[in-house]
Amino acid sequence: MIKRPFFGFGKPKLKYPLLEDVPQDAIIELPVPPKVTLLLKRPPLRTDDLILKTGDEVRTGQKLRLVDGSEDYLVSSVTGTIDGISEYIGYLGQRYTSISIDAAKEDEWDHEFSEVGNTPNPETACGFLESLPGGSDFATLLNFQAPVNTVIVYGIDKDLLVTTNQLTVRTGIEALVKGAGYLKEITHAGRMMIVVPPHLTSLAEKSGLQVKAVRPTYPNALPEIVMKDILGEVVQPGKSPEEAGVGFISAEAVAALAAAFTDGKIPVNKIVTVVKKDHSVVNVRTRIGTHVGGILDALHIETEHGDRLVLGGPMMGNTIYSGDIPISSDTDAVMIQGKDQVISNSDTPCINCGECVRACPADIPINMLVRLLENGLFEEAARDYDLLSCIECGLCSYVCTARIPVFHYIMLGKYEFARSESAEDSNV
Amino acid sequence: MYNQQKLFVSSHAPYWHNGSSVTAKSYHLMLAALPAVVMGICQYGIPAVGVFAFSISCAMIWELLMNLAMRRPVSIGDGNAAVIGLILAMLLPATTPWWTVVVGTFVAIVLGKQVFGGIGCNPLNPTLVALAVMTLSWGALVDFDVSLVDYDLGFHMAYPLAAVKYFGASAAANYSSQGFLLGQQSGGIGSTFGLGLIIGGVYLILRGHIRWEISLSFLAGVFVTAFLFSISDPNQYAGPIFHLLTGYTLIGAFFLATEDSSSPVNFVPMLIYGACAGILTVLIRNIGFFVDGVVFALLMMNVANPIIDKIRPKAMGKGLENA
Repeated sequence: MIKRPFFGFGKPKLKYPLLEDVPQDAIIELPVPPKVTLLLKRPPLRTDDLILKTGDEVRTGQKLRLVDGSEDYLVSSVTGTIDGISEYIGYLGQRYTSISIDAAKEDEWDHEFSEVGNTPNPETACGFLESLPGGSDFATLLNFQAPVNTVIVYGIDKDLLVTTNQLTVRTGIEALVKGAGYLKEITHAGRMMIVVPPHLTSLAEKSGLQVKAVRPTYPNALPEIVMKDILGEVVQPGKSPEEAGVGFISAEAVAALAAAFTDGKIPVNKIVTVVKKDHSVVNVRTRIGTHVGGILDALHIETEHGDRLVLGGPMMGNTIYSGDIPISSDTDAVMIQGKDQVISNSDTPCINCGECVRACPADIPINMLVRLLENGLFEEAARDYDLLSCIECGLCSYVCTARIPVFHYIMLGKYEFARSESAEDSNV
Repeated sequence: MYNQQKLFVSSHAPYWHNGSSVTAKSYHLMLAALPAVVMGICQYGIPAVGVFAFSISCAMIWELLMNLAMRRPVSIGDGNAAVIGLILAMLLPATTPWWTVVVGTFVAIVLGKQVFGGIGCNPLNPTLVALAVMTLSWGALVDFDVSLVDYDLGFHMAYPLAAVKYFGASAAANYSSQGFLLGQQSGGIGSTFGLGLIIGGVYLILRGHIRWEISLSFLAGVFVTAFLFSISDPNQYAGPIFHLLTGYTLIGAFFLATEDSSSPVNFVPMLIYGACAGILTVLIRNIGFFVDGVVFALLMMNVANPIIDKIRPKAMGKGLENA
């Protein structure tokens, strides 16, 4: 936890970590885990429809479809046998099909990608590389209704303490150069930039992309702020940056893109920043789908009942309740908080001190907004008090004197508002 | 299989907090009030201690009783009731009878705060509500020339604001600015020691517990208005420095105007709120009925607060049709 500074009249200043010199062994390679779990963003279908069955053999890098003719697929990150298919419900009620695979020690690579898809074009990108490590979502980047004309590569991580993308720029600039070339061929974006912390600008120049420095204070690396500060464009409330024609992709995904087309194999490893209880940081490279508990065991990190496990960083991550939850392609960090560091929220009403209003990068009147949200007035909140302008940085909860879970209320409000909107649409 | 028995605490982001809390804020307010409180106790002795102790404990008891009566969680631990009791005592004369303190804290906690739903829900500053009720109901008790008539602390004991109101600006010659700063004036137990209040206020501003915008604009409002009055008729109206250092001006700027729930949070509204309260204060003092205008000026601005606070910057992306 970073305490409030002694002189507390300014805005909170939370610094992004800056990677200076990176040793050669900065990334610890983890062995192939005995079991992986892969998540596909859609509810499970009736078992009769599934073409994938428990006991099926899969190979590393194999594209797995759940049902015939479906667009959705996932990529097996290990060689082994399917152990079970079930449902998993994640953040904001997002439903996933979870496929667990018992992994063999030796990898046997699947050749479909190297035979069919080894040319960088939109079809192969969508067809094989949807879940590149680093969370590239090519489907959104290549959405033809709203073509993306600017692609911004993340050389800095959005959340605090996380160093995955910086590490990629530090250690893999060659891959980044290559990947940027492929990305250009795939997206045909007119403008491509890389955003990095100031001390990495000269290194990032080598990538051949337009380099922009981001002031390393949270939340300057969030997409909406990057767009505002660097492109001078503001995203309309409730719209995504992609709808404004700006796509974001992490440096790690770009490097993985290079690896995919150079080696002819779909990348299956993910760099994960592990933040220990004492805030010390280790970077590991592991298979997508490795259980969080497995990573902690491999690093000999002890956890106990009542600790907090976070997928992601301290400001925007999601907690998980068990070590059996896997690393996904977009899990940049795992953070462990000791139970003594867990600060619980309170049910004190808003005292109107205004800390949140001063901290908010989107100028939302949070002191009023939270009163409406507490009472379930989501539509009024969206209409009169700028609920949809929120860029989800979490600073309001961080500074709240009354310790109200403000960010939680805002996400609940957004979720319920979207639900009521879609219910209205379907009634028309 | 990972140990199933071991479960982790789940909650929503963010997982960090800057460590601030309502309790800490209350303690800082009390700490900042301490120089002025100690000075008041040194001047008036045991009766002042009595008023402080009784006012704080009564306020906390009223809070507890209301918690129980309204079946709400017990909230005296957040220190807000104690702060209200403390500040109310700072405004009262040392001779305040016990029953007035009981009634005053009742009005502050029950009518000023709890009936609206407790901390953060009060539209008016609870302390000021109590003092306004006491001023209107038992004016003699908070008339310092009457209540402190038996005290002689070695300086001119006439209440400065009453003196200039009834005898013109020449009465100000009996006082000195240094004297005001060092607490050499009659008045509320904790509201006369100018230097102590300024030190406390600067501490709160630097630590971020109160807003400099409100305090400074309030003082600026008082200064400018008093200055204009003074140049319009130097014989009748005392100068701006006199108004800044007497009565409830300083305690008002740092401890009363800045009460969270009844003051604005946006930048421009804070300036308007403070400045208007300052202007009204001097208007009431110079041409109004009451000797000191701080209480009613601030209450009036409290009422205006919800409207003023609507002046705010547009949220990101709002008002852009073709962005």
